[in-house]
Amino acid sequence: MTAADTQLQPRKKGLTRRQKRGLSRGIQYAVFVAAVIAFAVSADWGRLKNQFAQADIAGQMFPEVITLALKNTVLYTLSGFVVGLVLGMVIALMRLSSVGPYRWLAGIYIEIFRGLPALLIFIFIGVAVPLAFPGTEIIGGTYGKVALALGLVAAAYMAETIRAGIQAVPKGQLEAARSLGFSPARAMVSIIIPQAFRIILPPLTNELVLLFKDSSLVLFLGVTLEERELSKYGRDLASTTANSTPILVAGLCYLLVTIPLGFVVRRMEAKAQEAVK
Amino acid sequence: MTVEASRPEIEVRGLHKSFGTNEVLKGIDLEIGQGEVVCVIGPSGSGKSTLLRCVNLLEEPTKGQVFVGGTELTDPDVDIDAVRRRIGMVFQQFNLFPHLTVTENLTLPQRRVLRRGKAQAAKVAAENLERVGLAEKADAYPASLSGGQQQRVAIARSLSMGPEVMLFDEPTSALDPELVGDVLAVMRMLAREGMTMMVVTHEMTFAREVADRVVFMDGGVIVEDGTPARVIGAPSHERTRHFLSRLLDPAMADVEENGGGDDS
Repeated sequence: MTAADTQLQPRKKGLTRRQKRGLSRGIQYAVFVAAVIAFAVSADWGRLKNQFAQADIAGQMFPEVITLALKNTVLYTLSGFVVGLVLGMVIALMRLSSVGPYRWLAGIYIEIFRGLPALLIFIFIGVAVPLAFPGTEIIGGTYGKVALALGLVAAAYMAETIRAGIQAVPKGQLEAARSLGFSPARAMVSIIIPQAFRIILPPLTNELVLLFKDSSLVLFLGVTLEERELSKYGRDLASTTANSTPILVAGLCYLLVTIPLGFVVRRMEAKAQEAVK
Repeated sequence: MTVEASRPEIEVRGLHKSFGTNEVLKGIDLEIGQGEVVCVIGPSGSGKSTLLRCVNLLEEPTKGQVFVGGTELTDPDVDIDAVRRRIGMVFQQFNLFPHLTVTENLTLPQRRVLRRGKAQAAKVAAENLERVGLAEKADAYPASLSGGQQQRVAIARSLSMGPEVMLFDEPTSALDPELVGDVLAVMRMLAREGMTMMVVTHEMTFAREVADRVVFMDGGVIVEDGTPARVIGAPSHERTRHFLSRLLDPAMADVEENGGGDDS
């Protein structure tokens, strides 16, 4: 009798669920604190400070780091973005075309330029194009070259994003437009593309952040003093002062732009999520 | 209602439509006179929506001819965009343009397709919003409207193009039951005004009261075609009777071996 009663209520062995959860959390915090302490103790802060955080060197960089370097970075990025957007749109439409060769060509373009490191494309633009077409000058000098190189890379990614955006617009939208008498082209321009852009605004902004960083590759085109952007400017100054503080400052300048942009992207994504609900 | 015009407004001759190996329409012949209201009923998969979509060539017929207002739509050289301006279409899912306000939904097609001026487009839009009873929603976005309101805006959008014919593809099927009435009221008004209408619907009361003719389709063919009193009131085919009994009293239906309709 009594034996049967105790079997109905089996005795718990070891920790309860709540205790296990507490223990697991405790271990995670302990590992984190240990890692921070180990890092803080092992790094040579004095030397780091000497090499990366010289206030007077940082002070020397202003205002040029903003008025010249950051300005050029932004200029390169925006011009590349515009070229990429226009080219990407054309390639996306080609990819959706009913004409086979257009689709293949767009597919090949996307595969090639998505697969190549941006660095190689910069070298190609800087070296191969002048070789292949001697005497021709890419319009806009360095600015034109950067816009072209960045645009070529960005177009491949943007084409896929734009295509996905166009295909994400419900089929009924095109049907409604066509039944109202819109031609396919006019329906695309007036009805489909505006809706597609709403959908792809967050990924496009992400692409802008990527381009912003890739603009540092302009280094490999060879630029004049006036054409230097953040990375080149920081590196040049680092070698003249024999100190790495300019690198840190240049890095902070990048973050100054990319972090707010990332914030904007998350806001847009959250808003898009809400609109779906 | 008497049909006075000699040539039919909509004429379908020997229409076939296949999706791959699945033949959805197996030879449809149908004429709809000017000012006539025809309701097309039938089980799901019977091809009634496909037939409607063939009338404005949203679906390309495999075989056969479609004429609207005397123009052959199935002619490969026809200016399809020009013909479609004369044919209004209302969809089950409304398909309003979500990035535009109600008024812009009505004015953009007029401006882009009919090349109307800004002021005229706005005037026509306001008139048609008034007709469907939604003048106060002119500046709202579609997402903020109820389904019934969205559908009435969609009807107003079609009307703004000044169509001679209106096609309705299950216009109330996506609506909550209490919103169906407002949409049907607008359609009844159009019918009274003499609009030529082809309506695919499950609303038997509407078909009985408003339609001049009811067409019953099953398995890709027209089984019965006649006045509502005949087709709904006293159907002569077993398939029609069977469909109507299931529709009017779904709770009484028996479990069937092949699940009823011919959805494949």
